[in-house]
Amino acid sequence: MNRFFLTIILCFHVLFPNISFSQNENKKDYGEIHGNFEINMQTYAEDSLTGAEAVDDIIRTNAYANITYVKGNFSAGIRYEAYLNTMLGFDQRYNGQGIANRYVTYKTDEIEITAGNFYEQFGNGLILRTYEDKTLGTDNALDGFRIKYMPVKGIRITGLIGKQKLYWEYGPGIVRGTDAEISVNETFKKFEDKKTRIIIGGSFVSKYQKNLDPVYNFPENVGAFAGRINLSRNSFILASEYAYKINDPSSDNGNIFKDGNALLINTSWSKKGIGILANVLRLDNMSFRSDRAASINDLNINYLPAVAKTHTYAFAAMYPFATQPNGQVGGNVEIFYNMKRGSLLGGKYGMNISLNYSQVNSIKTEKIIVDPDAEIPDLDGYTSDFFAIGDELYFRDFNIEIHKKISKKLKFSAIYMYEDYNKLVIQGKYGTLHADIGILDFTYKFNSKNALRIENEILITGKEPSGEKQDYGDWYMFTLEYTSSPHWFFAVSDQYNYGNPDTQHRNHYYIISGGYTKGANRIQLGYGKQREGVTCVGGVCRNVPASNGFSLTVSTTF
Amino acid sequence: MNRIIIVLFLIISFVYSYGQDTEKNNLPSVNIKTLNGETFNTAGIKNADGPIFLSFWATWCKPCIKELIAVDENYVDWQEETGFKVYAVSIDDSKSMNRVAPFVNGRGWEFEILLDPNGDFKRAMNVINVPHSFILDKNGKIVWQHNSYSPGDEDEIYEILKKLASEKK
Repeated sequence: MNRFFLTIILCFHVLFPNISFSQNENKKDYGEIHGNFEINMQTYAEDSLTGAEAVDDIIRTNAYANITYVKGNFSAGIRYEAYLNTMLGFDQRYNGQGIANRYVTYKTDEIEITAGNFYEQFGNGLILRTYEDKTLGTDNALDGFRIKYMPVKGIRITGLIGKQKLYWEYGPGIVRGTDAEISVNETFKKFEDKKTRIIIGGSFVSKYQKNLDPVYNFPENVGAFAGRINLSRNSFILASEYAYKINDPSSDNGNIFKDGNALLINTSWSKKGIGILANVLRLDNMSFRSDRAASINDLNINYLPAVAKTHTYAFAAMYPFATQPNGQVGGNVEIFYNMKRGSLLGGKYGMNISLNYSQVNSIKTEKIIVDPDAEIPDLDGYTSDFFAIGDELYFRDFNIEIHKKISKKLKFSAIYMYEDYNKLVIQGKYGTLHADIGILDFTYKFNSKNALRIENEILITGKEPSGEKQDYGDWYMFTLEYTSSPHWFFAVSDQYNYGNPDTQHRNHYYIISGGYTKGANRIQLGYGKQREGVTCVGGVCRNVPASNGFSLTVSTTF
Repeated sequence: MNRIIIVLFLIISFVYSYGQDTEKNNLPSVNIKTLNGETFNTAGIKNADGPIFLSFWATWCKPCIKELIAVDENYVDWQEETGFKVYAVSIDDSKSMNRVAPFVNGRGWEFEILLDPNGDFKRAMNVINVPHSFILDKNGKIVWQHNSYSPGDEDEIYEILKKLASEKK
């Protein structure tokens, strides 16, 4: 046993040659410890009007603490999580507490090795992305080994293997992957100073899951690969990635054997005062999980970014788009324009304007009828024409935003949004609806420290042929927020569902909140009613139930 | 028993010894990206002329944009007075990452813009949510940090930058 530890010491000396066992140096480096804490608490009281439910344990807590230790090339970290019990709207399988994440990393300019939990993204994530997002309650971290190697400047190779986190457990599948990227200008001296910058990358990911199904002969190893290019010249950027996945029957795609593919094209051009971007994304059977029976947000290996713009104002985000991994084709165009100071519309301080249009449809498919007499039945499910667009509209959003400073004290933002939303496809409820949304947001600065923000939002839904308002009908929202820099804020807001076709449910959802911030310490207390809805980040969504009660958030970074 | 002694010895030697860079940068070394997709190591966040304002933001985050607008409005004056440099690290993921370049250029911001699409640098800095800003002195040491933004916070930022600039002289 002693020999074993002596070997380890020896290894450390090889890895960290500048360690000396003497203490004759003037400045001692003990390494650094950093971290953060975040505690969220909420009480739940019943409200029969809004549908808010009470819980037996009255108060629920989601809390996290990250601790990282860094010393030279070495770093290690743990994350402690406690869900006592899990707040409503998050998966209740989180219930419990313990070490949810731990890792050690050794990193030099050339090599980086991680053991334990890690987050990784290949390219745009079309075939592999592990990440965590506390607002979504998503954490699909891999637990295993990862090596990154940079043999020469501009070339990067990554290899990894692991199992994915599933709440407090691990998924049944093993994920293996490798990625290589070459930055042409950095690698070859000849291109070093060229204005055109080129980066090319490719990746391969494979999952293994034993087949225990008595009927189906599911493939146990499923591979996916992707290639990407990033071209830029001055302020023109073209970034594209194509991914292909070999037969992967799963509960997502109804156990069909069809191969999947995805194409993403992002392009933008800009110069001072103007920016234009356009992107296209087509997905066909691209759900990719480390358990073929998994559902909702569990055990996703890949990440399929939504093409639509992310809205943050409450009503603009009321009907958010969520990526449809089984098939979608869509595009997005956006223009940013800065009107100069002193111009006709720009006025004294200039004006900022942006226009955005996005649309997502189904892909065109043709169903394959399985011939029961065939020797080898065709289990692909459907065929799809790559260049055709399906007839079913999933999502359409046209919006215009204006931001203007009127005087030293007054600023405003105005937004109009036109939206068509296929709620049946995206949320599995209702049908397709239309909404017009208007937002006016004023900020008035009393002096250098105190400011008042007044936000008005209105959402008007379309009408059914019967004349009845669609979904929950019309809404109005009013927010007052007073801030006293750098520490305090107070806010009151009310969302009023005045146009609900069900007159019994024309509810007010009011929230009162206040907070204190000092440096990286923050405490926030609130009371009110939260409407049922969907919270989305990047096209991944979580249902939020109606709630009624007090909430408390405390967070700090050190 | 021997084993414990050896392990203790190992830990002590590990903690007590190496690393005596006086110019040590407090920032963790993480590989993120520049606007045209090239790799950038965060240990390279430096400014020989004065302090650094490092801000984590996203194109979908309203207070973040307000904070950067406030810094931009004062940029020329503060730059002249303190020699400071702005690094704005976008945590937009692959969904909205391609909005960053046209968004920033459209507004004419003269900041160093970096992309952290999978939150690697954000995690290493223990940032919980955006906006979260740091001020570093010219040796790269973190001297101030702040989470959230309210109108007027830029005054505090300016005071700290000024103080750091005068210490330099």
